[in-house]
Amino acid sequence: MTNERSLVGKSVKKIDSLALACGRGKYTADFSVENPLHLAFFYSPLAHGNILAIDDTPARAMDGVVDIFHSGNTRSGLFTTAGQGFPEPSPYDTRLFNSRVRYHGDIVGCVLAESVIQARAAAAAVKVEYEPLPPLFDPEQSGDPASPRLHDGEEYAPLPVPYRPEENVAGEVLFSFGDVEKGFAEADFIADETYRTHYANHCAMEPHCTTAFFDEKGRLVLYSSTQVPFHARRIVSQAAGIPLHRIRVIKPRIGGGFGGKQEVLLEPYAALAAWKWKRSVKAELDRSEVFTTGRTRHPFRVHMRTGVKKDGSITAIALDDLMNTGAYGAHALTVLSNAGSKVLPLFNKIPNVSFVGRAVYTTLPVGGAYRGYGATQGYFAFNQHMDGIARTLGVDFLDFVKSRHIQEGETSEVFKAIGEGTEGVSQIIRSCKLDECIDRGAEAIGWARLRGKRITSGPWVKGVGAAVTMQGSGIPKVDMASASMKMNDDGSFNLLVGATDIGTGSDTILSQIAGEALAVPLEKIIILSSDTDLTPFDVGAYASSTTYVSGQAVLRCALEVRSRILSVAASMLDVPEEDLTVEQGGRVLHEASGREVSYSRIACHSLYTRNQFQIQGSASFCGSESPAPFMAQFAEVDVDRETGKVRVVSFVSAGDCGQPVNPTLTEGQIEGAALSGIGYALTEEYLFDSRGRMTNNGFWDYKIPGILDLPVMKTIIVPSSEPSGPYGAKSISEIGINGPAPAIANAIYDAVGVRMRELPLTPEKVLRALQSKE
Amino acid sequence: MRKGIFSVNGRREEWTYHDDDVLLDSIREAGHTEVHRGCKEGGCGCCAVLLEGVLVNSCQVFTASAEGRDITTVAGLGTIHDPHPLQQAFVETGAVQCGFCTPAMILSSYALLQKNPNPSDEEIRRGLDGNSCRCTGYVKIIEAVRLAAGRMAAHDE
Repeated sequence: MTNERSLVGKSVKKIDSLALACGRGKYTADFSVENPLHLAFFYSPLAHGNILAIDDTPARAMDGVVDIFHSGNTRSGLFTTAGQGFPEPSPYDTRLFNSRVRYHGDIVGCVLAESVIQARAAAAAVKVEYEPLPPLFDPEQSGDPASPRLHDGEEYAPLPVPYRPEENVAGEVLFSFGDVEKGFAEADFIADETYRTHYANHCAMEPHCTTAFFDEKGRLVLYSSTQVPFHARRIVSQAAGIPLHRIRVIKPRIGGGFGGKQEVLLEPYAALAAWKWKRSVKAELDRSEVFTTGRTRHPFRVHMRTGVKKDGSITAIALDDLMNTGAYGAHALTVLSNAGSKVLPLFNKIPNVSFVGRAVYTTLPVGGAYRGYGATQGYFAFNQHMDGIARTLGVDFLDFVKSRHIQEGETSEVFKAIGEGTEGVSQIIRSCKLDECIDRGAEAIGWARLRGKRITSGPWVKGVGAAVTMQGSGIPKVDMASASMKMNDDGSFNLLVGATDIGTGSDTILSQIAGEALAVPLEKIIILSSDTDLTPFDVGAYASSTTYVSGQAVLRCALEVRSRILSVAASMLDVPEEDLTVEQGGRVLHEASGREVSYSRIACHSLYTRNQFQIQGSASFCGSESPAPFMAQFAEVDVDRETGKVRVVSFVSAGDCGQPVNPTLTEGQIEGAALSGIGYALTEEYLFDSRGRMTNNGFWDYKIPGILDLPVMKTIIVPSSEPSGPYGAKSISEIGINGPAPAIANAIYDAVGVRMRELPLTPEKVLRALQSKE
Repeated sequence: MRKGIFSVNGRREEWTYHDDDVLLDSIREAGHTEVHRGCKEGGCGCCAVLLEGVLVNSCQVFTASAEGRDITTVAGLGTIHDPHPLQQAFVETGAVQCGFCTPAMILSSYALLQKNPNPSDEEIRRGLDGNSCRCTGYVKIIEAVRLAAGRMAAHDE
């Protein structure tokens, strides 16, 4: 067998793409079920209040209304909507039906009716009487004795992690090594800055949806737009009180997730209603509900202090992060952790480091998992802060980074210190091509030509900025994936994986990995994913885990099947197994004699002829490390000095994700993440009125990038090989969203000399900064 | 409730609908689930169909106004066994990620190429503006339209 790879590293067509392009791919809302009932929610019109009375009598009398659920008639226990490992590192602070509401948009109850229109009409007719309570909008004031406490009852953290609702603290991360005060004392200057990031929404094109029905055995089947089918099954069982073995979750095609569908939001309601009435139930959020009641990117305040000597050495760094988790603590601790654990290891040679992070409750929308997951917020501060220090030292930012970032063979204390609800895992970086990413990205953007030149045309001034980032590949010793596989008569294979393709192409790349290991073309791998009845467990699509963790499970499974194939072939040819090789196209060769048998003959032999058994295998994988992808991103911007408008002219991403399994899909991940990051940097923003109501909860007022907003976009994959990854692969899905905001902000500084420390970088803010500079 | 005759992808269908129903809901109800509901406020373009050859957001069209008229969805352009060059090009360039915007994006591309068979990149951008995609960053979508335009032009020569 040659070393030339036949599938890994090849841009094969995404296996579901033709069906999707022809309108044959089915999403959750597309399944027709028999005679469904429909759910519509009613929400809190207050930022904070106690429910005194709910009068649903008039609503119940309306046409088509079957039932109305709320805290007055339905008991519900505490849980978290966060689909994470179990027990979850997020606090159990959420109920399906609240007797106290904690933000404008909090779910009060839901109506079950024969049609969507009837359900919505009745939901609007439910009368709820509230006792208003004081709101808490400013996270900085969350600890004030005068501020209201949002969770002061039975809420608790299921893991032994810091959780102090009596102080509005939903999560806390404290970590240090060395002595930062001593480090600061040794410094010649201390850069001391505060950065602020904002609320943002995933804006997956498909709104959240769940379709529930009963199979012929009376078991509840949920089609759901979820990134986490196995977590969804467990959480539905817990929240709706339905035995787990009575629930089957099927993930069909998903219209994008980006973390928003890592939350188990709709499934428990649809399940509860279906279980009670033994009818099919459909629940689908409309776009405004996705904005207000779905999850968001947690806003951060990052206070960063760095001690620096005149020779450029960094003596200490101290981060003080305050994260607004909103009304509930979904992913609070872990997003907060990542703002340290994915950021601080990048400059791993700083001898004195401290990280103080607090996630606090406010009466605002709920944060959650969102591509980048805390690293995005942390890197916005980190890259601008370091750009400023490099400028103070009179050193080029790229040179500054190159002499300080983590290199192959190195480690960071931070890996060991900060985990996700537990201690972290010590690891050594075994692949890092960040220097090459920086060099090739700089070349592509024209760094030498543009940096500091301030080329001016009318009111427009040009600048160029960069940002460097790292992420991870799954959560080590937490995330587990598994795969099983069986061989068919014609030498094809059914591959069953719990891994969840939400549009990323994971079905395709996992098939490529299996096909590579078995030396068969892609069409001989028949993949089925994400069905809790049929496929083995996988934590789901999050934490940049699928290529690395699920990929490794698939590889192990395929190698196990391959060894069974060799063993059958050995007995068929009556030669020792070790003399056999697997040949491309699905053959086993005995080189010495020149005799060979095809997979098809091997399969038929084992199915029908002698010592019959099914050639099959299964494997699981749980990583003991989380190799980091690295990326350097560059923005060329024009800033209008008269209006403050920022135009991204050109954007370059150069990334090291190990061996890209499918380069086209890899580029697609980077390009999509980069444009999302540009939207986050410039235009996407939650606007609230004085009562805490989001006033722009639709696509006309919440501006995501359209095709006209696309700059000249260049993507460079810098190949490396990660020894612990399947065929050398690491992750790529999240990292590309971290760099755009700081790269653009650094470019603005390069153009006009103002430091934009608060997102988003709107014309109003840039203009104000320009005016206050003059 | 009213009854009416609609023509979808060249086939006559009888639908029952309410006066104030919009085409998006009715056409999905009739089984054409390739028309996707992304926002229902005309803000994302995922529900676009061709109405007498003109690209419309089906959530912004009353069902009643589409009665008796030709409606084309992406399933009317080609099938998995016989895909349209645009469908083929979207697949080959990697322009399909989650695929939720794809049917409308392809129809939008089709409408553009009907008017302008050889668009520049700038014209492709203007033609597809109004169809949102959150996965791809549009880079490979533009590439797909360029590829399909070239092939369709070569085919017509």
